[in-house]
Amino acid sequence: MIQFLLKRLGVVIPTFLGITVLAFALIHVIPGDPVLVMLGERNIDPTYYREAMHRLGLDLPLWQQYLHYLGNLLQGDLGTSIKTNIPVLQEFLALFPATLELSLAAMGFALVFGLAAGIVAAVKRGTVVDHTVMGAALTGYSMPIFWWGLILIMVVSVHLGLTPVSGRIDIEYDIAPITGLMLIDTLISGEPGAFVSALEHLILPAIVLGTIPLAVIARMTRSAMLEVLREDYIRTARAKGLSRSRVILKHALRNALMPVVTVIGLQVGTMLAGAVLTETIFSWPGIGKWLIDAIGARDYPVVQGGILLIASMIILVNLLVDLLYGVINPRIRHAR
Amino acid sequence: MPTTHTLDIANAGGSSMLLDIKNLDVTFGAGDNPFRAVAGVDLQVAPGEIVGIVGESGSGKSVTMLAAMGLIDAPGRVTADRLSFAGRDLLTMKPREKRAIVGAEISMIFQDAQTSLNPAYAVGDQLLETLAEHQNLKGAAARARVLELLEQVEIPDAKSRLSAYPHQLSGGMSQRVMIAMAIACNPKLLIADEPTTALDVTVQAQIMELLVNLQRQNNMGLILITHDLAVVAEVAQRVVVMYAGEVVEQSPVPDIFNTPRHPYTQALLCSIPEHSKGAERLATLSGVVPGRYDRPKGCLLSPRCPYVQPVCHNEHPLLEATHRGSARCFFALDDAGRPSHG
Ligand SMILES: Nc1ncnc2c1ncn2[C@@H]1O[C@H](COP(=O)(O)OP(=O)(O)O)[C@@H](O)[C@H]1O
Ligand SMILES: [Mg+2]
Repeated sequence: MIQFLLKRLGVVIPTFLGITVLAFALIHVIPGDPVLVMLGERNIDPTYYREAMHRLGLDLPLWQQYLHYLGNLLQGDLGTSIKTNIPVLQEFLALFPATLELSLAAMGFALVFGLAAGIVAAVKRGTVVDHTVMGAALTGYSMPIFWWGLILIMVVSVHLGLTPVSGRIDIEYDIAPITGLMLIDTLISGEPGAFVSALEHLILPAIVLGTIPLAVIARMTRSAMLEVLREDYIRTARAKGLSRSRVILKHALRNALMPVVTVIGLQVGTMLAGAVLTETIFSWPGIGKWLIDAIGARDYPVVQGGILLIASMIILVNLLVDLLYGVINPRIRHAR
Repeated sequence: MPTTHTLDIANAGGSSMLLDIKNLDVTFGAGDNPFRAVAGVDLQVAPGEIVGIVGESGSGKSVTMLAAMGLIDAPGRVTADRLSFAGRDLLTMKPREKRAIVGAEISMIFQDAQTSLNPAYAVGDQLLETLAEHQNLKGAAARARVLELLEQVEIPDAKSRLSAYPHQLSGGMSQRVMIAMAIACNPKLLIADEPTTALDVTVQAQIMELLVNLQRQNNMGLILITHDLAVVAEVAQRVVVMYAGEVVEQSPVPDIFNTPRHPYTQALLCSIPEHSKGAERLATLSGVVPGRYDRPKGCLLSPRCPYVQPVCHNEHPLLEATHRGSARCFFALDDAGRPSHG
């Protein structure tokens, strides 16, 4: 177990360094700089401009800036936002719960419906049900997030008036951020209206963000289930006289979950990328919107720090997925 | 008793048979090209009787037994004039009632025990599941019963095996666990589908001995599907020979070895000394069992039969009574093993 973690760390550290280089390089490739953006491009006082650049350390050669950045990073300092002058980590921690809540809701939605759709399609293989489910999954998979989000807003929010268009909660409610997760905080606040409002705000973004993972999970579950259902131990389970649902949900699904869990791990990355778009569409105050705004403002420390933190999360989730394998599959548990 | 004309007895209404199958058909594939994997099979097993079923791979032995267990899935279709167990009609029974019988009163073990156990669950849990399902036995009592079962199938250090996973067991151990699971509810009938084929030769004998001992202790009916005619000769009271989805001969044990009536049975017996594991090909017959696309028109054995006559190519023989059994041949062999057309 410890050996396994050490082995993984050996991979994680170079990956991390690579990400810092990439994040650093990418943001500097974009033309413009924070001072220009802040002051507006016209009527710049060259002296003031030079001073500002110097103050921010942006007049140094790029490699020096990078080493400087890396040095601070090693001391646990992600830097300070140029725009707000607030430490990047502090901004991140304040906004991250919103993204986490959205992502969890989206993943929950994707898991419940993806697993169910995949199981039903596999059990009803070759029937109209199977073709319908898989057709829908393919459509969902190829749906551009932006377009899908706007369609849903137009139909569900604007036309039917069922859900709010943007934000996390109606402005009439003032909820103290205890966990940062709006659903939980509103529950704690004891205002039932606030909880309902938070839920209504969450539904559409979660559906939009969860659609692609749902489609991927459904397809993966179907193929894994089809394979498992042919196995000898399924015949044994049926020969025991177990009910169909027990055979499928206990004996087949447990074994089919392995590849599905892998896919879920991979989807976390895709999902955080999707969160950036989704948060922008729904004005969801999370790190996605924060990052987009920071790119616009060329707020270098925020962009670099944000990317690094997101990358760490993805690495962490994949590590957890690896550990989860052991729980699901006794063969791996004992081999370790 | 089944030692006389079993088929005729079985025709007469409610039988005293444990398992009573009459004219069983199992068809796979739809449209204009259905495939009768099992065609018109009759099979009776009396309480406490050991019946051997032999025949090359692809003869329909497994499919027949799976049909009896109710484990043939759509698009496969099962039809029969009678399919009853201990006097109860399995054909018209509600699925729920059938599930109460299957796994408890009739149980089955398979060729590859290692892949027949679920890799995701500990051995003990898989045994407990059967007890919980059929006997509503849970907790400490169930655990005690599982231990007892594991000891009954002679698994050493049974207690420590409870938490073992299938991948940690050898093939022989896995088959013992499968047997423990099968006898958990004291079944009246155990179907063993080539239970030793996948095992080492030394282990094969041990598992066979275990099965026969358990059969005797519990007075179970036992259907033993095997390639090993020597084992059948030793333990079975009656043998059913299948070929290409049909029963071609059935007879009490000494007779079938001393005076086989069907050329196919004779050929099977000739292959005994070779004792080739799996016995895909027979010493005296060329070719293989006709499959889905090459079933001949007349007698199904006609392309391979050493005694074939013109009529064999055109007409399909019926199963007809012989001295103490029955055979499906126009020219059933005489006591000297020669075909009756001279
Ligand atoms: N699910 C199935 N679908 C189509 N054909 C099948 C199926 N199961 C068995 N068969 C066919 O039925 C025939 C008999 O198979 P089986 O009963 O397994 O033979 P045996 O057990 O005697 O070796 C074979 O030709 C096999 O290919
Ligand atoms: Mg078979």
